Amino acid sequence: MRQVYGFHGGIHPPENKHQSVAAPIADAGIPDALVLPLSQHIGAPAIPAVEVGQHVLKGQVIAEPAGVVSVPLHAPTSGTISAIEDRQIAHPSGHTARCIVIATDGKDEWINHQGLEDYEAADRSELLSIIRSAGIAGMGGAGFPTAVKLAVKPETHIETLIINGTECEPYITADDILMRERAEKIVEGAEILAHLVQPDEILIGVEDNKPESIVALQAAAEGTAVEIVTFPTKYPSGGEKQLIEILTGKQVPSGDLPAAVGVVCQNVGSAVAVRDAIIEGKPLISRVTTVTGEGVSEPRNYDVLLGSSMAHLLELAGYQHEKNKRLIMGGPMMGFTVPDAHVPVVKTTNCILAPTEAELPTPPPAQACIRCGMCAEACPASLLPQQLFWFSQGKEFEKAEQHNLFDCIECGACSFVCPSNIPLVQYYRAAKAEVIQIRKDTEKSEHSRIRFEARQARLEREDAEKEAKRAARKKAAEEKARLAAEQGNAEEDPIQAAIDRAKAKKAAQASGGDASESEQEKLEKAVATTRKRLNTATAKLDAAKQEGSDFIDALQTGVDKTRAKLDAAEQALHDYQQANTANEEPAEDQSSANAAQVAIQKAMAARAAEADKSPADKAREALQKLEARLQKSEARLAEGKAAGEEEKIISALESTVERLREKVAKAQSQTQETEAS
Amino acid sequence: MALMRITSPHTHGPMSTSRVMQNVLLATVPGVIVLTHFFGFGTLVNIIWASILAIAFEALALSLRKRPLGFYLGDYSAVVTAVLLGIALPPYSPWWLIAVGIASAILMAKHLYGGLGYNPFNPAMVGYVVLLISFPVQMTSWAAPRGVGELPGLMEALQACFTPTNFDAVTMATPLDVLKQNNSLLIEDLWQQNVQFGRWAGIGWEWASLAFLAGGLWLLYQRVFTWHAPVAMLGAVALMAALFYDGGSSASGGSPLFHLLSGATMFGAFFIVTDPVSSAVSTRGRLVYGALIGLLVYLIRVYGNYPDAVAFAVLIMNFAAPFIDQYTQPRTYGHAKRGDANE
Repeated sequence: MRQVYGFHGGIHPPENKHQSVAAPIADAGIPDALVLPLSQHIGAPAIPAVEVGQHVLKGQVIAEPAGVVSVPLHAPTSGTISAIEDRQIAHPSGHTARCIVIATDGKDEWINHQGLEDYEAADRSELLSIIRSAGIAGMGGAGFPTAVKLAVKPETHIETLIINGTECEPYITADDILMRERAEKIVEGAEILAHLVQPDEILIGVEDNKPESIVALQAAAEGTAVEIVTFPTKYPSGGEKQLIEILTGKQVPSGDLPAAVGVVCQNVGSAVAVRDAIIEGKPLISRVTTVTGEGVSEPRNYDVLLGSSMAHLLELAGYQHEKNKRLIMGGPMMGFTVPDAHVPVVKTTNCILAPTEAELPTPPPAQACIRCGMCAEACPASLLPQQLFWFSQGKEFEKAEQHNLFDCIECGACSFVCPSNIPLVQYYRAAKAEVIQIRKDTEKSEHSRIRFEARQARLEREDAEKEAKRAARKKAAEEKARLAAEQGNAEEDPIQAAIDRAKAKKAAQASGGDASESEQEKLEKAVATTRKRLNTATAKLDAAKQEGSDFIDALQTGVDKTRAKLDAAEQALHDYQQANTANEEPAEDQSSANAAQVAIQKAMAARAAEADKSPADKAREALQKLEARLQKSEARLAEGKAAGEEEKIISALESTVERLREKVAKAQSQTQETEAS
Repeated sequence: MALMRITSPHTHGPMSTSRVMQNVLLATVPGVIVLTHFFGFGTLVNIIWASILAIAFEALALSLRKRPLGFYLGDYSAVVTAVLLGIALPPYSPWWLIAVGIASAILMAKHLYGGLGYNPFNPAMVGYVVLLISFPVQMTSWAAPRGVGELPGLMEALQACFTPTNFDAVTMATPLDVLKQNNSLLIEDLWQQNVQFGRWAGIGWEWASLAFLAGGLWLLYQRVFTWHAPVAMLGAVALMAALFYDGGSSASGGSPLFHLLSGATMFGAFFIVTDPVSSAVSTRGRLVYGALIGLLVYLIRVYGNYPDAVAFAVLIMNFAAPFIDQYTQPRTYGHAKRGDANE
């Protein structure tokens, strides 16, 4: 006898399994329509691969997996796709979801399919791909894609492969009857799974309340490496974590996968599905479902095509509507109520429970928690449910997390024993949902905060740079003012400024920068690009002429314009070059540094001349200059008006003229004043 | 017909809060019978009068708080408080004493904090301590046991309660009182000179304690509470008594057996310390909680000012319960042992 371990807590609810296990599995037949939700597993919903009106064969892929954690969907029988639309499905939240609807033709015509003759010779990845494309997802209830679960990293050593035949939920007998009737297939499936993960041992765990199953499995496992392990009945022994602890004594670390302790766990139903996929090449298109409760007259198990409506199964089992007020998918501990009997059977539908009010009474209103601690004694995760309840109710989510809220497996043992009838699990679900929402929000706001702070830092940096520049400029200006003051000239002196500019230019040229050179380059570049554009334009124009295009006129104007531009650019370049040479003429050599020197000398001379002039002369000179500018501006204005230029430009010119006239008037009065004095 | 939508689980165990309370009430019966046998109808009258008052005060508080009466009175918690206080009070207590005690317990200790489940202190013990501090004379005069004094009849018991001025009780120091006062006699001599010491721990007291022990064991069997708190408390009392027995000298604190079977030790261990609302929550926490109550009981009895100390010890530890909870959280499945983990 193999050693088995215990786990903390657990309860012994009334089993109520005998009702549905007396009769053998019956075939539920082919209903008129099958409704197949695209999401019957954990992960991304499958993507439809068929169109409305298309005829499909049994086993044909009707939806492809979307991503790694996803599985395809197959037609459970032959027929025509009648709709792809949102339908009511079996889901705790009662929402609708996209479904493929097949109008069956009753012929049950198979698509070509073929199993592997020797799976041991096959590649591991090939086997996994067969399992994945057979659409197999965990059939115990969670519906996690089986291939993903089996794809353990090559460096992970799997000590134990566990096939879960525990089925600890009351009422459900789907796995029990499967073990009784199809034990060989389970053992064969276990061997295939073992071939995939190469474990040291293969265990099938069965609670001791299923003696027929144990006998059948032991007979089937005779001479194989598969070992049947039995242990005392206790809810929730069938929980993956609990079963692992029972069989190996090891606990899966919180937040980790069973592979972390060298274990892979699969449900017996999944084992059979894997076997059918590998040996017979059949995808997952049907399952064994228990129909039970006092609301049906003949509780039993059915081999049912996926997508059959629950109502179809219930009718077969002798459903008495009037007796049943609550329809549950799954068992009484963890199952959820469905909104409508017409929701379809999916890959995870292990049981349809139609209880009478007397059988499972409506829970009475909850009383106050007296912290009796019965929940803590029952909790298989060794949590303190009364504290979690307290924190969840008070929305102290931080404390709830400290008390390991997320290790709750929602088995319902605490609610079952609670003398005050508090729906504890409901509180934990709500608290988990809120915590997840809060985490998301925090993440979001954290993201925003980081973004905001980065922006803030950037703005500050820019401000600092600006400030530094401003300070530098201010300093430079002060320096300049100081220099000016030193030279006994407090006022801004344009000539001094010109000298400074020329000096700066000289310094810049001396330090290697060649402003005038680059200016010339720029002009040359402009000429080059314009010429190039002209060439292209001309080429286009020629082509257009040959083709007799409608755009010839437009192109012609384009070419003309470009040519004009080119002329202008060339003229500019020419002017510049001439100006430069003119500047450089007086200098002995051609270096522009000397040109700057000349400019300085010139400016200094001008300054000296200026200094010699009397104030009256200065004023007169200024007046003359202004008058010249005024004349120029007036001429420009007249020219503009004659040319019919834009109003904006005209008005700008007018205001310039106006301003200059004022200045002239001012200068005249100044001149008179100075002359008078 | 629309189908009902409710969340799992859809099935429920047989236990209910009313049944828990009823079981507690039932478990006090043997103790009450023994007390009545040895001290007369006083305790019974206490209990009945206290229960009537408790229901009245509970109803008053509930209607002030606008709560449905039937639903909340049906949990029997007020009656439990009344019965426990009635047992703890000296037999033949006057009506007003009980009324003050119940008012303190139900109105102050329970409903001011939000009612059942929200009271940080054990209501019965709050009532008891209020009375003990306010009316020490009435609270420390215990009736003489059968065989020592004359036992009053039922009519006299009612008279003692409702027209207390006309009633002259035959009272006598309890064994704990005597031991407290003793500073010259060896334990052995104490037993010989004081008739009320009985065989082990006092006439009436020892049998009442055993009856409460029986009731407590039955509750344990019924899984109303776990063994942790009572066993820890009794263990701590016994250990302290054994450590300071001092060979039965005149300085002795009394034998372990004496401490276990005298006063309110057994009653406290199974009916007061086990009050889940005001105690620590985890099993480990309840071990600590119970042991510290036991320690305090002994210290106050032997070195403090009061001959018995269950009420004080319990109230002090009620204060400490949340603190104990903080440090005795059990290791959750899949988590490393405390200290191993970085979490």
